[in-house]
Amino acid sequence: MNIMLELYGLIAIGATALAITRTIPVHGLLYLVVSLLALACMFEQLGAPFAAMLEIIVYAGAIMVLFVFVVMMINLGQPDQLREKGWFAGGAWIGPSVISILLMGLLVYGLNHNTMAVGTVGAVIGPKAVGLTLYGPYILTVELSSFLLLAGLVSAYHIGRRIGGNS
Amino acid sequence: MTAADPNGALIVAVILFSLGALGVLVRRNLLFMLMSTEIMLNAACLAFIAAGSRWHMADGQVMFMMVVAFAAAESAVGLAIILRMHAAGRSTLDADTGNRLGG
Amino acid sequence: MPIPATVWGVSLVASLLPLVILCPLAVSIILMLTGGKLPARATTLLVGAGMGLCALFAVVSAYSFLSGPDSLGSLHVVLWNWMNVGSFNAQIALTLDRLSLVMMLVVSCVGFLILVYACAYMYDDENIARFFTYMTLFVASMLLLVLASDLLGVFIGWEGVGLCSYLLIGFWYGEQANAIAARKAFVVTRVGDALFLLGMLLMATAVGSLDIPTLLAVGPHAAPRTLTLGMFLLLGGAMAKSAQVPLQTWLPDAMAGPTPVSALIHAATMVTAGVYLLARLHGLFILTPLAMLACAIVGFVTILLAAGSALVQTDIKRILAYSTMSQLGYMYLALGCGAWHAAMFHLVTHAFFKALLFMAAGSIILRVHHEQDIFKMGGLRKDMPWVFAAFLAGSAALAGLPLITAGYFSKELILGSAYDLSPIFWAGALFGAFLTSIYIFRCVFIVFWGDHRTHAHGKSGLAMALPMAILSVLAIGGGWMEMPDAIAHVHIFSNLLAPVLGALPEEHNTSLLILGSLVPIAGVTIAWTLWRPKGEAPVAAESPAIATLRADWGFDTLYDWVFVRPFMVLAHLNRRDFIDRFYDLIAALTQGSGQAVAKLQSGQVRRYAGWIAAGTVAALCLAV
Repeated sequence: MNIMLELYGLIAIGATALAITRTIPVHGLLYLVVSLLALACMFEQLGAPFAAMLEIIVYAGAIMVLFVFVVMMINLGQPDQLREKGWFAGGAWIGPSVISILLMGLLVYGLNHNTMAVGTVGAVIGPKAVGLTLYGPYILTVELSSFLLLAGLVSAYHIGRRIGGNS
Repeated sequence: MTAADPNGALIVAVILFSLGALGVLVRRNLLFMLMSTEIMLNAACLAFIAAGSRWHMADGQVMFMMVVAFAAAESAVGLAIILRMHAAGRSTLDADTGNRLGG
Repeated sequence: MPIPATVWGVSLVASLLPLVILCPLAVSIILMLTGGKLPARATTLLVGAGMGLCALFAVVSAYSFLSGPDSLGSLHVVLWNWMNVGSFNAQIALTLDRLSLVMMLVVSCVGFLILVYACAYMYDDENIARFFTYMTLFVASMLLLVLASDLLGVFIGWEGVGLCSYLLIGFWYGEQANAIAARKAFVVTRVGDALFLLGMLLMATAVGSLDIPTLLAVGPHAAPRTLTLGMFLLLGGAMAKSAQVPLQTWLPDAMAGPTPVSALIHAATMVTAGVYLLARLHGLFILTPLAMLACAIVGFVTILLAAGSALVQTDIKRILAYSTMSQLGYMYLALGCGAWHAAMFHLVTHAFFKALLFMAAGSIILRVHHEQDIFKMGGLRKDMPWVFAAFLAGSAALAGLPLITAGYFSKELILGSAYDLSPIFWAGALFGAFLTSIYIFRCVFIVFWGDHRTHAHGKSGLAMALPMAILSVLAIGGGWMEMPDAIAHVHIFSNLLAPVLGALPEEHNTSLLILGSLVPIAGVTIAWTLWRPKGEAPVAAESPAIATLRADWGFDTLYDWVFVRPFMVLAHLNRRDFIDRFYDLIAALTQGSGQAVAKLQSGQVRRYAGWIAAGTVAALCLAV
């Protein structure tokens, strides 16, 4: 089982690395979907099947489709691809890489020094348990996230509405 | 069925988070920056799930759902802004040209 | 329940005393707040009413106080507690004793007359409201100075009158000379103010209190050297206010202000503040013979130097300014001799006749088109007989013509006590009186006799004539309050002050009195032979020596070389201001860091994200 988890992890990392380095948005999106699916598998391995299903349905399904729609609507072409390549040139990678590697190093270092007890293996947490917790102690958070979604809906509609004469 | 050891999952989460951060910092295309943000959110989700699995508590998954709701709202607004910018004539989606604050 | 009359009187005084100060202050504040929007008529009415009330309250409280029981040595009215630091306690409190009563009457009544005069004098000036704002503020400050029972309160008044003096000398600031004169007066008197403050602080540390009764009671137990130093410092402060040598140079230039200002501030009240202060502290002053000797010498030197300068001036107001200095010298001489009565008596009579002289001079100046050179006047006796009469009365009092003038009696009192100290002082003061009668009658003969050299116009109105008439009567008759035994046994003034200043010392030699009476007459005679009308127009004598005399014995030039020029050189060297460098550095650092940080605010989202990530890294560094 552990082997499977690490395998999925490697797939997720590789797909993500490819996703952020593509010059064509649709390619990037596809790799991202792969990464998300790998993550969903990891969730399943970690004993969270409900989260895994949600990850596939909502994330890889709905949100990524949203991205694809937008990419289709703004219709980037060949010149954009060349420009994207140009943006990768030179030292553009140096600073961000240093920061990211530092960040990663620190987090890994922190993990190694505050490890959770290794080898503890818990049982699967099913949808029922999640539902009980969600609508029990977290009911207020559910309400708040409904506010958030509503606000997101309204503002997305407002921003994205067709502009009048003076666009 | 028993769950796997979460420590490896945490390492993966850290690596994914760093990759996401790298993507945000290095890409100039707004679309890719938004995608990188999603990656970082996912890394956080993974950490939540791993921790929930370790302590055998449903709270990790609850948090995952909150993050998903947040990601949905965030990407909806972010994509709407991208569309709007595109409609206003900024066809390149270059984040570095967005420093004028006007329309 | 019926209240005993005396208690009623005392409580009346206690409630009226703050009002004496508040009346002019209120007028000043009203004029300040209306900012010159009031018409001139309303302004003058307001000033007249306020000052009239002030004088009325002063007279009523003086009357009630004097008709109260004799045991009532002084009346203490505590308004509020100012500060209470450890064992040190300062109050805002007023004290009315017989000394401050005399001074209060002089300030409020003479002040009232001068302000009534000023209402007419300044009526056509467009800044009349500003003028009276300063004038009434001055009267309030002066009354505070007089009535305060605490040296700190005195200091507030002291600074207030200094400020008003500065503002009023520079009242017509449109001309640069006036502004420069104002600045000079301010700077020179500031030297004295600093000395006064130092003396006050020394007293506070030595005695532990600045309350004047406490000072007088506890002060004698302080270390003699501290006491002497403290009195020297206070004397220095008083000298600068009273324009005594070597801090006298500001007074002649102060004549740049309007003439009522000269009458009120630079003749009758402010310049005598130092004399009053020393008389208030006479209980301490008498314990420091060294300071008293210095005071006498300063007075003596000032009498002669100022009289010498007055002899050759051509500007009528400068003649009066030098004569003021010289007369103040008499008061300092009297203080140095320990003759407090004489000093105070001369203060009062001087306030009468010098205010009168300035008012008369102001009337003349107003009617001859602001001409101040006496050699361009002449023959004004026929044009303005009443002004002439008033000026003559004032001149006679200043010269001290025997028996018929107030100046005679007060000056005799001083001469007698100077003789007790040393015949040298007496002889010098007598010579000073001789010069006085010469220079003032030189002025009278040149201005009022001879041919017309200028045309006088208009008439002096009632508001100007009435105060002059009242002061003329006082200048002539004010001296009959106090006469030597050889003439008549009248001692109203010294009896009035006896509870505060002690009894009048021994009677003087009659031969001195006769000599003192003859000298002014001789002076007038000499003036008549020198400057009587001789057909041709008189001209001012010219020679290098006279030029030096006219320029105040070269004090201005001396100070220019000793103080002003070195200071200017230093200021020039330090024109970049070393200390400011430090603050400039701070400013530059702030500006530089501000610009550096402003660069971060580029508006580029990726940079912001980079900073966020870097911050996260730093925070994690601390956390793990």
